Amino acid sequence: MLKLERRPAPSKVMTIASPLIAALAMLLTGIVIFTLLGKDPQQAFYVFFIKPLQTMYGFGELLLKATPLLLCALGLALGFRSNVWNIGAEGQLTIGAITGGGVALWLGDSTTAWGLPLMLAAGALGGMTWAAIPAYLRNRFNTSEILVSLMLVYIAQLLLSYLVHGPWRDPQGYNFPQSKAFGDAFLIPLLMDGTRTNWGFILALILALASWSFSRWTYAGYRMQVAGHAPAAAAYAGYSNKGNVWMALMISGAMAGLAGICEVAGPIGQLQAEISPGYGFAAIIVAWIGRLHPLGIVLGSLLMSLLYLGGESAQMQMALPSAITGLFQGLLLFYLLAADLFIQFRIKSIKPARTPEARSVATEAA
Amino acid sequence: MSLSSPILPIVASTVAAATPLIYAALGETVVEKAGVLNLGIEGMMLVGAVAGFAVDLASGSATLGFIAAAVAGIALSLIFGFLTLNLQTNQVATGLALTLFGIGLSAFAGHDLAGTPIRGLKGIKIPFLSDIPVIGDLLFHYDIMVYLSIVLFLAVNWFLTKSHAGLKMRAIGESPTVAHTIGHPVIRTRYLAVMFGGATAGIAGAYLSMVQTPMWMEGMTAGKGWIALALVVFGTWKPLRVVCGAYLFGGVTVLQLYAQGFGFGIPSELLSMLPYAATIVVLVIICRDPKTILLNKPVSLGVSFHPDV
Repeated sequence: MLKLERRPAPSKVMTIASPLIAALAMLLTGIVIFTLLGKDPQQAFYVFFIKPLQTMYGFGELLLKATPLLLCALGLALGFRSNVWNIGAEGQLTIGAITGGGVALWLGDSTTAWGLPLMLAAGALGGMTWAAIPAYLRNRFNTSEILVSLMLVYIAQLLLSYLVHGPWRDPQGYNFPQSKAFGDAFLIPLLMDGTRTNWGFILALILALASWSFSRWTYAGYRMQVAGHAPAAAAYAGYSNKGNVWMALMISGAMAGLAGICEVAGPIGQLQAEISPGYGFAAIIVAWIGRLHPLGIVLGSLLMSLLYLGGESAQMQMALPSAITGLFQGLLLFYLLAADLFIQFRIKSIKPARTPEARSVATEAA
Repeated sequence: MSLSSPILPIVASTVAAATPLIYAALGETVVEKAGVLNLGIEGMMLVGAVAGFAVDLASGSATLGFIAAAVAGIALSLIFGFLTLNLQTNQVATGLALTLFGIGLSAFAGHDLAGTPIRGLKGIKIPFLSDIPVIGDLLFHYDIMVYLSIVLFLAVNWFLTKSHAGLKMRAIGESPTVAHTIGHPVIRTRYLAVMFGGATAGIAGAYLSMVQTPMWMEGMTAGKGWIALALVVFGTWKPLRVVCGAYLFGGVTVLQLYAQGFGFGIPSELLSMLPYAATIVVLVIICRDPKTILLNKPVSLGVSFHPDV
């Protein structure tokens, strides 16, 4: 008979090991899925995880796709740590792209050096404004920020679709739902020749460092952590819960807005009806797999980016639908949540104890 | 008939839009009454939609399609149940994971099915009743799933308010510790509730792909699972209000479609925002008074419980 037993203290080893176990379990499941689909698992593994990274261009793509994931996840993690569940990063990303893209379209062919900073600021502000809605409604009317921020995703996407089909459509664009291409002053400069990676990735890394310092060194960051770990203690200490909600949503909204800019002022270069393959949602997984810690999130965003690249690669090379990426993303989060059990608990058994690995693989069966 | 001619199609499409919401929201009401918050409805609906559609397409039987959808929904809900009930993972995070997984799984499984049309379900004219002028056309010509949604409502309402088992389940939702102490099987009851929610969510999704559209499209639920979650709050966890809320939302959706049809010069994208905006407004109205929520929300909603630890 197996029995769970609470550990005297959370296991530090498991905190770090759990994402690795989850990634491994996902990989094993992937092999099973590939085999069931009649594909050679070894080749599938190669196509999915190795091939995308073999060229400099591919490596650049890894960093490029990691950028919006990293930006969104950093903001979300701050919120998750303080019990604020912003799951509408996708919407804030979209609004950021609209407001920032609006600046670029408005200034048109201007070559001002202020173009890009202005655009980034507008994007961050746009995402922040969009996130302010669930923050205000939760503080004022007790509505769930989960549902409100999620509804706002659909509204944001419809707004973007309206703009590129209507007022912002490029008159010379053969009726395609897209805006004019942004001027050169409104494109983020490339980081490496021969790739599409831009300085957005460096910006994201700097913000990861900033986010770490914020949590580690500032009083505001400390208050947010207390609010997450021990809400009662936070209330007793007189920390404002409303302030916490505002802070979490404003920061994550701004970061998601920046992610939107990095997409439209980066690889896309204009506004179009679809600007993100769900980066805002995948960032939720990135935040968890990265242990809500900036360093972990950097690694998590690279892994998630690889899953996107692998999906594309599998689609081209093996005629598998690229939706397999979404499948892997979901599996990864399931395994992670299951493996996380062993941070707080251990298994006690009269029979020889099963290892956490065995247990987390057993989730597959369910 | 002068009265029924404009109203009839509006009522009919309102009912069609509301029916999947009724299934999903009633299921989630039961789940939440047992103290479990499953945010994975959207994912279970999508998987139900693709499973139902695929089986209907292959077998030509809508009945088998809906059964497959319910089974698929249950299968997904069991993952959620195992994680949250046995392994005590965070219910919010696990529910989100279920939705993300469902989106990916359904898109993957339904990749080759996209765009294929199927027959859909025909309306059933109920003998005699459907011959009544006006009312007959208005109320008695729907497909079987619409009538079953009413049966489901009556059953859930009876279960929650009148039955012994329902009372025990509600006790578990309020205080699992107390319920466990007096000998009620908390985990087993919650499992059954979660599975019920999975089945109804699967059916709700299948109604979209097999009756409403009827075809499969990636991400075709377009947030309806989340709207169903909001409906449970809107209905303050009471089946009758949840169903009324679903019809209200069906009405908003249809109104928006008709407004698009008539033009009015409002772009269709802006009108399509209406159901989502309405969800937010409705949540604000209901949650405005904290007492409403405190008095109605199951006290232990979203809190993990395990008898061993």
